[in-house]
Amino acid sequence: MFVPVENASPTFKDSILIMPAVSVGNVGQLAVDLLISTLNMPCVGYIHTDCLIPMVGNHPYATSEENSSELSTNAEVYFLPEKKLAVLQIRSPTVKSKTRQFRHLILSWIKSNQFSRSILLSSSHAYQCDDRQLSGSPLRYLQTLEMKNIIGDELQKLDLKELETTPAFPGISETEQRLWIPGGGITKRFFTECSSEHIPLAVLLIFCSEGDNIPEAFTLINFLNRWLHLVETTGAVESHNWKIPCSWKLLFGSGIPPAIF
Amino acid sequence: MATFFGETVILSSRAVDEEDEEEEVEDENEEDREIKRELEKKREVHLHWNADFSRQFETSSDKTLQISELIIAVGYNASGFLSAFALSSGKWETVGNISLWNEKSRFTRETSLEHPGEPSCIFYRKDENPEVLICQCTCYVAEDQLFQWAAKVLGCIEKRSLKVTILSDCPVANYRSPEYISAIPVPFLKALKTRTYNENLCCSPLEQPNVVSGIPAAVLSYCQVHQIPAVLYQCYTDVVKLDSVTIETYKSTLSCSSLRKLIKPCTALSTEILKKLTEDNETQSNLYT
Repeated sequence: MFVPVENASPTFKDSILIMPAVSVGNVGQLAVDLLISTLNMPCVGYIHTDCLIPMVGNHPYATSEENSSELSTNAEVYFLPEKKLAVLQIRSPTVKSKTRQFRHLILSWIKSNQFSRSILLSSSHAYQCDDRQLSGSPLRYLQTLEMKNIIGDELQKLDLKELETTPAFPGISETEQRLWIPGGGITKRFFTECSSEHIPLAVLLIFCSEGDNIPEAFTLINFLNRWLHLVETTGAVESHNWKIPCSWKLLFGSGIPPAIF
Repeated sequence: MATFFGETVILSSRAVDEEDEEEEVEDENEEDREIKRELEKKREVHLHWNADFSRQFETSSDKTLQISELIIAVGYNASGFLSAFALSSGKWETVGNISLWNEKSRFTRETSLEHPGEPSCIFYRKDENPEVLICQCTCYVAEDQLFQWAAKVLGCIEKRSLKVTILSDCPVANYRSPEYISAIPVPFLKALKTRTYNENLCCSPLEQPNVVSGIPAAVLSYCQVHQIPAVLYQCYTDVVKLDSVTIETYKSTLSCSSLRKLIKPCTALSTEILKKLTEDNETQSNLYT
């Protein structure tokens, strides 16, 4: 259920929605963090649901002492009306038995708010790549028919490959092909459900392994930016365009004992 | 991933559970659904109020509980603090409890009520001060039950003049700091508050990137979304069991916050109760007694 921060709910009609899938390496979530932090997007509401494991912390994008003690929850919606850009950040995994319910909740929220198009940032296990996927760019896309009608071949023009389908019974029969996104969380089913519900959705995903996934987050968000031009790019080093949020501190745990030196 | 010897190893991921994706069958039949429903029913959180108490608030116009302070203690030390410093003075009565079952429960729901010693969530109220409700929670509440826990407890309370204070224990291993953790003196308190909470905090706020989970997270999320002023004082400690030093740490919350009205500063009685509370553990932990 969406609950606005202020009493009046903002109108998302005709805006673009960007959201992550909780997937391997948390790449989608990290990429979304970069976007919210760089554009300094204000939080306009919460997705308050029993499908996600509760979690709270202080303002993840705090820039000063004053705004550092603002509570932040596990699913928040950020919105820039002038850019017609809405971003949903999800900070905790879904409750095991409620992933289906969660997908339906997000789907009906997207539908009722009439977003012009939605983009799901996701990732997939690199170790499950097949021979075709081993070389070249690790980025892939998927789009529903409705998305294709809106954007045409924009993504192909940016040299992005569509995610290959894999045989359902490898080595036995190559005729039956299926979509397979190992480690992608809700990605696959969410995409198929959006297709059948005629929602314009694109999935951008990257093959990665668990570890320090900041480089993958940059790759993903830089690609998204090349496509949608959300943030102005200056200079040759693409990662310099983004503002790293304060919640990315101590990614590898606390300080080390000084006595080891 | 293939190892040097050629066998295929499935990599685990911190973000997703591989089994989940496989498990979710597309065409589950009626029997599967029935089993799921049964299991969900079994894991439901039940809130019971005593007959006398529920009669009082069910007669009110909107059938909600009219209180101004809800104090929730999560964990042995937070509960011990309230036992020693709040519940020891005046006549407090048990007005309700929460019963729930999960994989860590030792008894089934039906039998757990017969074991009053079994850790659970209990509500107390004082006759002279009916505006305040205390909840002590020392049982394990599973991830899928947290949201329901908060929704059920806060759902039956009138929100207009409500203020929520949560005290919670947390192992210091969960705390992140640029300093070496073992060099930080424990126990210490950190605070988190919702947007509508305007009072001063009696300790420093929890720094990024630290996060809080469990009942405190569920209650704070509920309060943030429903614009209820709420504050959490999380005590980071290196002792898991009841410990007098950790309990004493909570005393600094008396300097401000709603607890001041409720709790008398250290009396001889509370010191005695505190001693009694912690004694059991101390003898157990001694190898030679």
